[in-house]
Order: sequence, then structure tokens, then C-alpha cells
Amino acid sequence: MHREDFPMLENDIVYFDNGATTLKSKRVVDSMDKYYLEHTSNIHRGDYDSAVITNELYDGTRDVVSHFINCDSREVIFTSGTTMSINMVVFGFMKYYLTDKDEVLLTKSEHASNILPWIVLAEEIGFKIKYIDLDDNYELTLDNVKKSITDKTKVISIAHVTNVIGDVRDIKSIGEICKKKNIILNVDGAQSVPHMKVDFKDMNIDFLSFSGHKMGGPTGVGVLVGRYELLEKMKPLCYGGGMNNYFEDDNSYELKEIPTRFEAGTPAIAEVIGLRSAILYLEDIGIDNIHKHEMELKKYLVDKLEKIDNITIYNKNSNSGIIAFNVDGVFAQDTSVFLNHYKIAVRAGNHCAKELKDVIGIKNTVRVSMYLYNNKEDIDRLVEALKNNKEIFNVVL
Amino acid sequence: MDNNLRREIILDNYQNPDNRGLIEDDSYLKVNTNSESCIDNLDFMMKIEDGVVKDIRFDGEACAISTSASSIMTRSLIGKKVEEVREILVNYQNMINEKDYDSEVLGELNVYDEICKQPNRKNCALLPSVAVDKMLGELGNEK
Repeated sequence: MHREDFPMLENDIVYFDNGATTLKSKRVVDSMDKYYLEHTSNIHRGDYDSAVITNELYDGTRDVVSHFINCDSREVIFTSGTTMSINMVVFGFMKYYLTDKDEVLLTKSEHASNILPWIVLAEEIGFKIKYIDLDDNYELTLDNVKKSITDKTKVISIAHVTNVIGDVRDIKSIGEICKKKNIILNVDGAQSVPHMKVDFKDMNIDFLSFSGHKMGGPTGVGVLVGRYELLEKMKPLCYGGGMNNYFEDDNSYELKEIPTRFEAGTPAIAEVIGLRSAILYLEDIGIDNIHKHEMELKKYLVDKLEKIDNITIYNKNSNSGIIAFNVDGVFAQDTSVFLNHYKIAVRAGNHCAKELKDVIGIKNTVRVSMYLYNNKEDIDRLVEALKNNKEIFNVVL
Repeated sequence: MDNNLRREIILDNYQNPDNRGLIEDDSYLKVNTNSESCIDNLDFMMKIEDGVVKDIRFDGEACAISTSASSIMTRSLIGKKVEEVREILVNYQNMINEKDYDSEVLGELNVYDEICKQPNRKNCALLPSVAVDKMLGELGNEK
């Protein structure tokens, strides 16, 4: 769909590394260029025309986000990306909320950014991290979530869609359980928000993080959405200009309202404007259409891959456009270098989910992750290349 | 060198590497190479006695280039004096990084003389030399 909007596709490449980052539409880059070339100015208190335009675009992006994922505009905080958003939750909120008596539930297929901050905070506070069991397809079932919850469970922190297996977690049902049991639900939306409908309120999410660059937007910008009552208790990790009302020589000070108090210093203005264009672009196409398109492509790819003898697929059934596989007996990186010879971009590795190896017994996979601009011709090209996999070493060595 | 021969040597060392498999022995120097730029993850161990490399072993998950290079590198270094090892490493790293080098001292390691044509594989080829370098550095610290 809409391949003409993405100039990089003019180079005859097949881009299947959308889980890592996505291509940028001309519309997104143009909006950032416009800021840099026509109305560069800082936000907050500018009295001249260009500053007014910039301010409206920047703050107005909160309304765009709020419409896109159904939250209040004042619940939208701009961050540098999902990693920063989750760190703000862990070190700005959980640090003051959790005690050594508590338990936090994660899964082993989480991205590093949703495990490592917890490990570091647990070191400091002494709460217990427990991993909810995954099923035989490496997916998270509602039953296993229920089984893992104890009286001590204070937080469940999980990805909506995991970045290796691509399984879609039933966040709405998990959210209902959490609400009943007074458990905070922290959701890593990096791989879901760009690809499917995420409804912050309807799903009973407490904190939701996502990144601009994985949804056709620029790098360097992301979002943390937090339930307002929780944001009132969250502390900023950064202090400085733009986030205070006053400070005096008797050390008294007052911070600005939420969400501004969480955005110290000059933010990534051009990137927020780019994010705005990216979201409006996705809304024009329709997020449900994007999901449907990716699922069609996934089925088409799995059907074809299954016909090739020596390929193992790890996540045939997951409900997202992510496929993890290996050519039997070939290291994932050799396969991805081989595919690069056909101008096909995929990713090889553990995809930052380092604990998943304990579960699937294999550390590295080749990952194909799709987006709205991929098509069946892309898949045909990948399949044709993989049919020649006996030639891998003749090509890469 | 003929391309087919080069490929054959590399592939043979990838599929049947020498000196693969670690042992329990505290007299060895040990290092893990988990490179930031690629996904290879190999452990190395090396025993030095009287200034001579008595043994080097490695194990882990890695691509064809770094696995084969580890096989050839370990084979090339066993039995060499530490000074000779340092000379081989410097020349090997220069070869991979497209600087002047002496191919005479590299022997079989010359099969990687064209790896610079694939910049994204340089680190794969360098991995065993980085590992041995690190272990030699530890040796220096112990003195």
C-alpha cells in the first residue's frame, strides 16, 4: 500500500526490518523540513509569528496522540522513545511506589528496555521480579497471567506485541484483572501502536510507551501515556528550564503542571512535529487496514516458507506481521548477509530479548517484520532468495 | 588466492572447526567476546607456559566468518611464542583493516585478505584476534 509515499523504496530494496525501525514518508520529512526551513523557533512563550506556529504544532500533537490512542491530551508526555518512557515509569514512579515486600511480573520475551530497568531498581529496593510462564508457542496466556498473580503482585509490565515472536497479548483482559486487583499495568506498545488499534482507556492501561520511529516517524521522539492520577505521583527524572514555575534562593521551587513538568529543556521539536505527521498519516490509511494488510502478508509468507524444506519458523500463528525463522544449520547472521545480496533487509540476532533463549532454546533468529508498504512482490523476492539457500556460503564467503 | 579454494578453506573450518569446546582448567586465561556490532558470542581460553602458547580453545554461537577465523587463528597460534603471537595479531588486524601488513607471517590466515570488501564482516573476522589481544592484556596485568 502507498509505496509511492516512501522515497527509499525507489531504490529497489525490500525492507523487512520494520520491527527495528520504519521507513519515513515524504509527508513526515516535509513537515520537519518545514519547521527547520520556515518556522524554526523554540516552544514556550514565543511572541513572534513563527513561535506561535511551532507552539501550536508541538502542543497540538498531544491532541493528535490523544485521538489516536484514546487518552486525555494532558496524559501525553513526549520522551526520546520507548526506552526513556519505560525508564521514567520505573525510576520516576515505581521507585517511590514499590517496597521490598512487592512482586513485579514480567515475561522472558520482553525487550531489554522492559527488563533491565526493573532488575536495576530491584537491586536498590529489593522487590521480587517474577516471570510469567509462556506456553508452547512462546505466547502469554490469560491463565498463566492469573496463575502468577499473588497478594504481593503490584505491577505487571509487558509488551503488547513482543518483538521476536510477535504474539499479541490480550491487554484488555489483563487490564480488567489488574484493575480488579489493584495492580498497575505497564504496557510496552513499541510493536503494537504502529500496527494495530490500541485503546488506552478501553484496555485499562496505566502506563503506555511507544516510539515515533517505529511508526513512520522520526528517531529521537516517543511517548509516555500515563493515567493522570498516577502521573500526579510520578517524579521527573530531569529538572531545568521549561518545567518549573519558579525557584528561589531559599531553595523553594514549584514545578509546572502535568505533562510539561516531565519535559525539561528544549524538547525534540522537529521530531514531535514529524511524529504528528506520522500519526495523521496512519489515521488517513486506517490502523485497522494496516493490521489486516500485514496479516494477509504474513499468511502469504508463512504458506510459502513452509514449502521450503530446511526452514524452521518459530511463530507461525502469532497475530502480527513478525516472522522469526532460521535456515537449518545456518547462523542467522549468515542468512541475513546472504539476503542483503538480494537487497533484502532483515534482522538477525536476539532482537534485544536476551532471556527468550531460555524458552525457545535458540539465541538468534532471522526476523522479518512487515509494515504497510510491504507487498506480495517483496515476499516473492524473499522466498525466491531463500529457495537458493543451498548457495548461502557461496554467496557470503 | 583462488576464490573457490578460499571459500572451501573457510567453510571447512566453519563446519569442522579445530579447538572448539572449552575445558575446566583455572590455569587458562579466559575472555568472552560479545561484540556490540554483531551477534557473535564466543568464549575463548588460552594457556601460556614459559612465554609459549600451549593451547587455545573457543566455543559459542557465531557466524561462518568468525567461527572459521577462530579455528584458523587458534591453530596458527598454538606453539608460538607470545612475541610471535603479537606480531601475527598486528599483521592480521592490519590486513583486515586494509593497512600495510606482512603476509608472510600470516600463513593460512591469508584466506581473509579480501574480507575488507565486505565491511560489515570485518568485525566477524577480527573477533578471534580481539579475544587473544584481550587475554594477552590480562597476562600483562598479572605481571
